Amino acid sequence: MNFETFIFYVFAAVTVFAASRVVSVRNPVFAAMFLVLTFFSCAGIWLLLEAEFLAITLVLVYVGAVMVLFLFVVMMLDVNVEPLREGFVKYLPVGLLVGAIMFIEMVLLIMRSFKSDDFPAPTTAAAADYSNTEALGKLLYSEYLFQFEIAAIILLVAIVAAIALTMRRRPDTKYQKPAEQIDVSKADRLRVVKMASETTEQRNS
Amino acid sequence: MLSLSHYLTLGAILFSLSVVGIFLNRKNVIILLMSIELMLLSVNINFVAFSHFLGNDAGQIFVFFILTVAAAEAAIGLAILVVLFRNRQTINVADLDQLKG
Repeated sequence: MNFETFIFYVFAAVTVFAASRVVSVRNPVFAAMFLVLTFFSCAGIWLLLEAEFLAITLVLVYVGAVMVLFLFVVMMLDVNVEPLREGFVKYLPVGLLVGAIMFIEMVLLIMRSFKSDDFPAPTTAAAADYSNTEALGKLLYSEYLFQFEIAAIILLVAIVAAIALTMRRRPDTKYQKPAEQIDVSKADRLRVVKMASETTEQRNS
Repeated sequence: MLSLSHYLTLGAILFSLSVVGIFLNRKNVIILLMSIELMLLSVNINFVAFSHFLGNDAGQIFVFFILTVAAAEAAIGLAILVVLFRNRQTINVADLDQLKG
């Protein structure tokens, strides 16, 4: 077992352990934390596969943004976890059974169809000046440009949808009404009073 | 030596774990969303592994787009969750029966 295989097994073990804790811990905050650990060790596995850009993206986008969003929502909602846990033990056998069957089926397929001599590992290492980010960028901005634009539109729609869903006007909040502000006329606010001017004696008295 | 089936098996384990998670936490929408994220991650592992072993960068482009869509999905899902909690004071799936489906 060489060093690369050892690294793979370490990261794979951490990934599987953390993923199993995500679905089994009681507290959603811990679940989010274990999901962070899963993404982190998975980024290590992607580094082994020489997908450097995606590994960094996974850490930055998922751990840095999506999981913070998850944690934010989990902590914002005052959730009582007890009723949410009911049925956990009841559904444990059937869940494990379905999961085991799916896993065995997939492994049988993998063993049958993806033998290692059909898919040999790339023997030549990438050149020292090869940049994974550059290669992906060239593909993304030439061949997959249209899909890239679609992805941008999807993100824009997600921004608008998330804000439109969660924005609300509380009735007791004071806010400006620009239409009424513009509509106001001078006569509504200003009253010109005519009065006699006072004399010097009146002021000094 | 590491082969393609190592990575595919890891992806299969992660996918099965997230299916088990959906079974176990069927009342808690937050954990359900996290299980879906795990599922997408296992698919992404497969894509990256195939991209590496076939020497084709297109698989990594796919992962890029999956990450984009998954981020959008998480944002909208959590927004729906916040609105849901504001209106019903619960995120229990069993209580969401207003449509009488």
